Amino acid sequence: MSTETVLRPGWKVPIILGVFSLASLLLFLLSGRQGISVFRLSSSGEAVQLPALELPVMASGIVISVLLIGLAGFSAYRVTRAQRTPLYVIVIFGVLFMVGLLVWAFVDATLPVTGLLTGTVALSAPIIYGALGGVISERVGVVNIAIEGQLLAGAFTSAVVASVTRNPFLGLGAAMIAGMLVSFVLAAFSIKYLVDQVIVGVVLNVLVLGLTSFFFSQVLSEDKQLLNSPPRFDKLPIPFLSDIPVIGPVLFNQTVIIYIMYVAVALVYYGLFHTKWGLRVRAVGEHPTAADTVGIAVNRTRFWNVSLAGAVAGLGGAFFTLGSVGSFQKEMTAGLGFIALAAVIFGRWDPIRATLAALLFGFATNLQNVLGIIGSPIPSEFMLMLPYIVTIIAVAGLVGQVRGPAAAGKPYVKA
Amino acid sequence: MIALWIVLAVVLYAAHSFLLSRLYEKADLPVSSAWIPLYNLWTFFRLAGLSGWWAVVAVIPIVNIVAYVAAIVAAYVIGVRLDRNPYWTVLFGVCPLAWLIMAGLGRSEWRAEVPENGEARDLRIRLAVREVVSGNAMISVLAVVLAIVVGGALIAATDESVQQAAGYFFSRPLDTVQAIWDSVAGAYTALFQGSVYNFRRDSFADGIKPLTDTLMFATPLIVAGLGVGLTFRVGMFNIGGRGQMLIAAAAAGWVSFTFDLPMYIHLPLAVLAGVVGGAVWAGIVGVLKARTGAHEVIVTIMLNYVAFYLIQWMLRTPGLLQAPGSNNPKTPPMSDTAIFPAMFGAKYSLHWGFVLTIAATALVWWLLSRSSLGFQFRAVGENPSAARVAGINVKMMYVYAMLISGGLVGLAGVSQVLGTVKTGFSDGIDAGIGFDAITVALLGRSKPWGIFGAGILFGAFKAGGFSMQAAEGIPIDIVLVVQSMIVLFIAAPPLIRAIFRLPNPARTLALAQSLSAAQAATVAQTKQEVA
Repeated sequence: MSTETVLRPGWKVPIILGVFSLASLLLFLLSGRQGISVFRLSSSGEAVQLPALELPVMASGIVISVLLIGLAGFSAYRVTRAQRTPLYVIVIFGVLFMVGLLVWAFVDATLPVTGLLTGTVALSAPIIYGALGGVISERVGVVNIAIEGQLLAGAFTSAVVASVTRNPFLGLGAAMIAGMLVSFVLAAFSIKYLVDQVIVGVVLNVLVLGLTSFFFSQVLSEDKQLLNSPPRFDKLPIPFLSDIPVIGPVLFNQTVIIYIMYVAVALVYYGLFHTKWGLRVRAVGEHPTAADTVGIAVNRTRFWNVSLAGAVAGLGGAFFTLGSVGSFQKEMTAGLGFIALAAVIFGRWDPIRATLAALLFGFATNLQNVLGIIGSPIPSEFMLMLPYIVTIIAVAGLVGQVRGPAAAGKPYVKA
Repeated sequence: MIALWIVLAVVLYAAHSFLLSRLYEKADLPVSSAWIPLYNLWTFFRLAGLSGWWAVVAVIPIVNIVAYVAAIVAAYVIGVRLDRNPYWTVLFGVCPLAWLIMAGLGRSEWRAEVPENGEARDLRIRLAVREVVSGNAMISVLAVVLAIVVGGALIAATDESVQQAAGYFFSRPLDTVQAIWDSVAGAYTALFQGSVYNFRRDSFADGIKPLTDTLMFATPLIVAGLGVGLTFRVGMFNIGGRGQMLIAAAAAGWVSFTFDLPMYIHLPLAVLAGVVGGAVWAGIVGVLKARTGAHEVIVTIMLNYVAFYLIQWMLRTPGLLQAPGSNNPKTPPMSDTAIFPAMFGAKYSLHWGFVLTIAATALVWWLLSRSSLGFQFRAVGENPSAARVAGINVKMMYVYAMLISGGLVGLAGVSQVLGTVKTGFSDGIDAGIGFDAITVALLGRSKPWGIFGAGILFGAFKAGGFSMQAAEGIPIDIVLVVQSMIVLFIAAPPLIRAIFRLPNPARTLALAQSLSAAQAATVAQTKQEVA
C-alpha cells in the first residue's frame, strides 16, 4: 500500500501544484485588480539603498502564474520519467505563490520586504530551536511532546537569571540548564520508569506551565525590577555581510541568539548524519537491540541526548525573554512548542527540513503584523490561515505517510 | 441534649459489640471478649493475625488514622477467612457497622483451617497486607497525597508570612511552623470549601453550592476527555480539541441565537449542530489520515489555528456570529429555548449538560467494551498490522474514531456555550479545555469511567482553585502543578513505591507462590498424618 508511493512517484505532487497555479492565474484574471504594488527592499538606515520594486499587479501576476505553471509542468515531466519532484522545486513554488499573493494583496500599498523577512527569521527562532530539540530527541528514540515545556522553562529561567545577574549570557546558560532539567524528568520517567513518553511529555508541559505561572504571579510580580527585567541582547550586525542588500539585514543583523541558531542547525545536521555520535543516535532510535548488540549503551545514550535536546529547546525559550519581549509573561510560548512538534514531523525528522518548516510557521506569525498595516482585500484571517492550510495540504499531499524513527516512543528494556 | 448523645453512643457500642460477639462465636472465641472495651478491639486485630497493640493505637487521637488502615487490612483478612469477596473490605472502609452486620449475622462460616504451620499463616497475612498496600488504588491515593504535599510546599515557600517567620527561624522556630501551617491549611481549606462543601454558609443549600460548581466545571472536561481518550484507545492522539470545540461552539451558538423554536426542538437541534460541527472538524483529520497517511498530530494542531482564525473572522463579520449593532467580536446571548436548563434552579450553576455527560460516558463505555466497533477500535490501537490481518478495515476505524472523538469534544464546546457562558461568547470560549482534556484522559487511563472520575477531580480543582485565589490570594496556577503531578506520579508506580517504601508487586507474586507451596506441603503432611 505505502511501498508503491515510495518507489514510484505518483501524480499527486504535479496535480496539487497545477491546482495551485491555476488558482493563482484565476485570482489575477478574475479579480481584475489593477495598480502597482511596491516592495520596499531596503529601509532608510542601510548602507546600500536598493530602489523599491514597483510591480504592476496584473503583469506580475500573470508572469508569476506562468512560472508556477512551468514548475508544475516540470514536476509532471519528472513523474513521466519516474523521478521524484525535488524539494527545491516545491520550495520555489511555495515562495513564488506567496509572492504572487502578496503582490495581489498589497495593491497601491508598500510592503516592507526586509521587515517581513527579518521578523520571519526572528519569530522562527524559538520554533527552530524547539524543532531541533525535537529532532534530536526523537532520533534517539524518545518522543518529545515536552518541547513547549522546555521552551517555557527556558524563557522563565533566562529572564530571572539575566535580571538578577544583569548578564544576558548567563541567562542563556540558565535557559539551557532549565530545558535540560525538564528533559531529565522526561528521560527519567520514560527510560527508568518506562512511562508512556506521550503521557510524560503532555504532563510536563502542564507542569512547567503551572510552575512558571505560579512563580510569575506569586514571586516575579512582587519585585519586577529585580526579577523580571532582563537586559536584552542588542542587534549585532556582522561587518560586511550585514551590508548586503536584503540578505544582510535579514540574516546578518540579528541578535546573538539567532547566530547561535545558524550554528546549531548546521551542527545538528552535520552531527546527525556525518559523525559517529549521529550514527549512534540514529541507531539507538531505529533499532536499539542492534545498537545494544554492537556495544552502545542504549539507555545512557538516550538519557544524555534527550538532555541535549532539552538544552537546545531551552535556548529557544531564552529568545522570548532575552531576544524579543524583554520580560517573562504567563504562557508566553503560546503553543509554539506544538508548532515546533509539527515542524519536526513535517520536516520528516530532518534538521534542515524541520528548519524550513519552522520558517514557514514563523512567516505565518509575522504576516499577521504586516497585514495589520493595510486593509487587505480578503479578510486578513484567511491570509493568516493560509500557511496552516498549506501545511495540511503539504502533509496530506506531498509528504504523505511519514515514518519516524522506528523505535521512537518505545522504552528499551534489555532482555 | 447530652443525654441523647450518651444514649446514642451506648446503643452504637452495644450494636458493635453484639455483632462482634457473633463474629467471635464463629471463630470459637469467648463471647465475652466482644463486650470488654479495648479488649474487643484487641481481639479483632489478633483474629486477623495482626498485633493487638493496634487497638491501643486506635484510641489515640490523630494517630488512629494509621490504625484505621490497619483495621481495614484486618477486615480484609477476616473477610477472606469468612470466604467473602475481598470487595466487602470497601464496605468496612466506608461503614464498619454495615460490614460487621455482614460478618456477624451473615451465614458464612469461619473457615475451618487446614492445620497449617506457622510459616504459612505468617505468609498469608503478609500477602494480604502487601496486596492492599501495593494495589492500584493505594498508588492513586498516594499519588494524590504526594502531589498535594508538593503543592503545599510550593504554597508555603512562596508565602510572605512564612518567609518573614523563617527570617528568625533559629530564635523562634515554632513561628515558622505556625506560618507554614496557616498558609497551607488556609489554601487547602479554601480549595475544599470552593469545590465540595462550604462550612461557613448557614444552610445546607448554600453550603453544597461548591459541589455543584465542581460538577459544572467537570462537564466539558469529561466529554472532551472521553473524546481524547477514545483516540488514545485507537492509537491516535487528538490535540485538536481547541479547534473542534470552537467549531462546535460556533455551530451550536449560531443555531441557538438565530432560530426561534420551541425548546424541545431547539435545544436538541443546537446540541446536534455542535456535535456534528466537532465531528466534521475532527473527521477531516480522520479522512486525511486514512486516505493519505497524514500524521494526525500535525493536522489537528494546524486545524486548531485554522478554526481559531475562522471563528475570529466570523465573530467580527456582521450576519455571521457577531451580535447585531455591536463592534465587539462577540456573539449575541443564547436563546432561552436553546440552553441547558439549570438542574437545581437558578441558584446553582449546574445544568442538564451534566446528565448528558453521564449518558455520554455510559455510551462510550458501551461502545468500547461491548460493541463490535469498540472491539475493532481496541484491536487497531493494540496492533494495527494484526488488526488488518484479522480483516479489520483499519483506515475506516481511524475515520470513525476521529468522528466520534470530535463529536464528544464538540459536546464540550456545546456545554460551554449553552451551559457555562450563556451570554454570548468570543474566541476564547474553549478556555483551554481541549488541552486539559488530554490530561484528564491520561489520568483516567483512557477508560470511560476513569475519565469521568478524573474529570470530576479536575473540575473540583478548577472550582476550588478560583475560590483559593479569591480567598487566599494564591494563584490558580498551583492547581495545574498539582494536577500534572498527580498524573505523573500515577503513571509511575515504581516511583511511588520507592518514595513510600511499598513492596513490589512482583515480589508479592513470589510470596503468593511460596504461600501456595507452603500450603501444599502442609496438606501433604496432614494426609500423611491421617494415613
